[in-house]
Amino acid sequence: MHMIVCVKQVPDTTEVRIDPVTNTLDRSSAPAIINPYDSHAVEEAVRIKEMHGGKVTVISMGPPNAIEVIKRCIALGADEGYLLSDRAFAGSDTLATSYILSQGIATISRREPVDLILCGKQAIDGDTAQVGPGIARRLGIPQLTYVNHVAGIDPARKEIKVHRKLDDAYEVVVAKLPCLLTVEKEINELSYSSLPNMLRAVRFEPKILTVADLQADLSMMGLKGSPTSVSKIFAPPQRSGGEICSVEQLVEKLLELHSNEKC
Amino acid sequence: MPEKFDAIVVGAGVAGLAAAYKMAQGGLSVVVIERGDYPGAKNVMGGVLYRSMMEELIPEFWKEAPLERPVVEQRFWFMDTDSVVSTGYKGQEWAREPYNCFTVFRGQFDQWFARKCTEAGAVIINETVVEECLLENGRVVGVRTNRPEGELYANVVVLADGVNSLLGKQLGFHQEWKPQQVALAVMEELKLPSEVIEDRFNLDPGMGTTIEIFGGGTLGLVGTSFIYTNKEHISIGVGALLSQIRQARVKPYDLLENLKKHPAVRPFIRNAEPVEYYAHLIPEGGYNAIPKLVGNGVLVVGDAAQLVNGIHREGSNLAMTSGRLAAEAVLRAHQIGEFDARSLSQYEEDLRNSFVIDDLKKYKDSSHLFENNTRYFNEYLPATNMALHEMLTVDGTSKKDKQKLIMQRLLRDSSLYSVGKDLYHAWKAMK
Repeated sequence: MHMIVCVKQVPDTTEVRIDPVTNTLDRSSAPAIINPYDSHAVEEAVRIKEMHGGKVTVISMGPPNAIEVIKRCIALGADEGYLLSDRAFAGSDTLATSYILSQGIATISRREPVDLILCGKQAIDGDTAQVGPGIARRLGIPQLTYVNHVAGIDPARKEIKVHRKLDDAYEVVVAKLPCLLTVEKEINELSYSSLPNMLRAVRFEPKILTVADLQADLSMMGLKGSPTSVSKIFAPPQRSGGEICSVEQLVEKLLELHSNEKC
Repeated sequence: MPEKFDAIVVGAGVAGLAAAYKMAQGGLSVVVIERGDYPGAKNVMGGVLYRSMMEELIPEFWKEAPLERPVVEQRFWFMDTDSVVSTGYKGQEWAREPYNCFTVFRGQFDQWFARKCTEAGAVIINETVVEECLLENGRVVGVRTNRPEGELYANVVVLADGVNSLLGKQLGFHQEWKPQQVALAVMEELKLPSEVIEDRFNLDPGMGTTIEIFGGGTLGLVGTSFIYTNKEHISIGVGALLSQIRQARVKPYDLLENLKKHPAVRPFIRNAEPVEYYAHLIPEGGYNAIPKLVGNGVLVVGDAAQLVNGIHREGSNLAMTSGRLAAEAVLRAHQIGEFDARSLSQYEEDLRNSFVIDDLKKYKDSSHLFENNTRYFNEYLPATNMALHEMLTVDGTSKKDKQKLIMQRLLRDSSLYSVGKDLYHAWKAMK
């Protein structure tokens, strides 16, 4: 089994601040972390590897400092890491990003055919959940989104069975490999990295892929390949504090509302 | 098979990083194990970093390291409830290269220092706790961390694991510290625009000042307070011996709040926004509390070795020097290929011949004296305030009568003999 996991470097949203004047994310205010859903995707890939053998490759697109995120994945147990980094990629929206990542995956799988691609269900900075499905579409493989359990893999029949999370239930789906999963956090609990993996991560140098390494159409990447335009970003209005009252007062208020509705 | 290094350093504070840097530079394979998310994440320091000891490791580091302000002035305050006697020194030579000391944020400085170690070839592992030293035939041969497959081996383990040094305790190098051997310090970072800081502290742009405060701020406890200027923050903190805090049943943050309300402090921090609060133990046992420093395959440096000069508020410089000397001893041991206590003992010898142990020896009785004799903090510090208050308040009383009044009030509760004795003991403890 060769698995590729797509990971993204995101600002730690628990610490990020929004500039009150420009309404943009003040990225300097928050440390960069691996998108939490993506770390669960890496964990799942490592668990599948432990069960069925194979290799886990991570891929990310971003500036050179995104190397740190790939190192983090090595600590989690990934074997290989690629960073797609080129000025030509800058300014890509989800459409262009999924194109670049699919081209990166295609480049890797020409040498080592890929059986399974895993992504987090969405990134915590944009929350779009578009890049995973976009990659699957471009590669022409099945996509299984919101997966919260991998029920089984049959390498001989090249099949995977997963549970997909729905609003009030889950559905069991079987798909042919290769396919793409986007995973929920509850799919697994992150294991504590072993010391040898920590050491390997510190020393790990990911391979850098640039435009020249991809057989790609320049007009489909970066700002040129991104039809999305952001018209406005704003912080949601602060919720005003509620009112604390006694049971008697509450009953009174409800009765008041009730009588108002009647008229 | 677990990996084997030439040296394992436990703790990425300045002591550990100094040792790691020097050993990596000397060509040894070095791994530093840090429990925090990154080097500096767990460290608390008032914020003064001394140039000379850092420069022995990285010449002209101030050209690239993240520093706050070069300190051009050091003020000393002797504080009473609502007054203060002040003195100090300000010199332009401190405003020029090579400088004397700087205020720093350890969170930033340690990360930079760690990067220098990585560039020199050391490996730094974060978020990992060393649980114990591995022993074989009475010698330390490695460490066991809290991670799966968490054992690592090395010829030498350098313990830079900070004030509590559980590893040193595990090896029997020291007992549990007594409450009178550690101080509890609390501090805050208060945000203010840099021009406001420069105006309030009477500073040229970019320059810094430190104020060390004795008495008053600690509500009669044996301890000191400080105010340091950073680029856009003021660090303000207070520390007192744990034994005294416990005895007086005061809460450490109440000490800080009390200090911030003092009329001499208040104007400096007006309208400043608190952005961080820290608390940490400081080893203050001094010379008498220095644990065993060297064993077979192991060395102890920095706070773990109680290397803090509580009187001069120095610690990071002692830590760095101890780390560097430990590294030099390890490099020599590496050359002869022997790592027992005898081969490593050069470290202890060098440390004893350096300012580190000399300074600690000089003040070995001081904190003990001030703790046992409460008159210093409770009577004599207020007395200096009273004396100056009397002398400088113009109310028609003749200066001679004022002097008489001051002496009378000074000797109201104690004899001239006991005051003289106390002063003599203080002089002896500080000389």
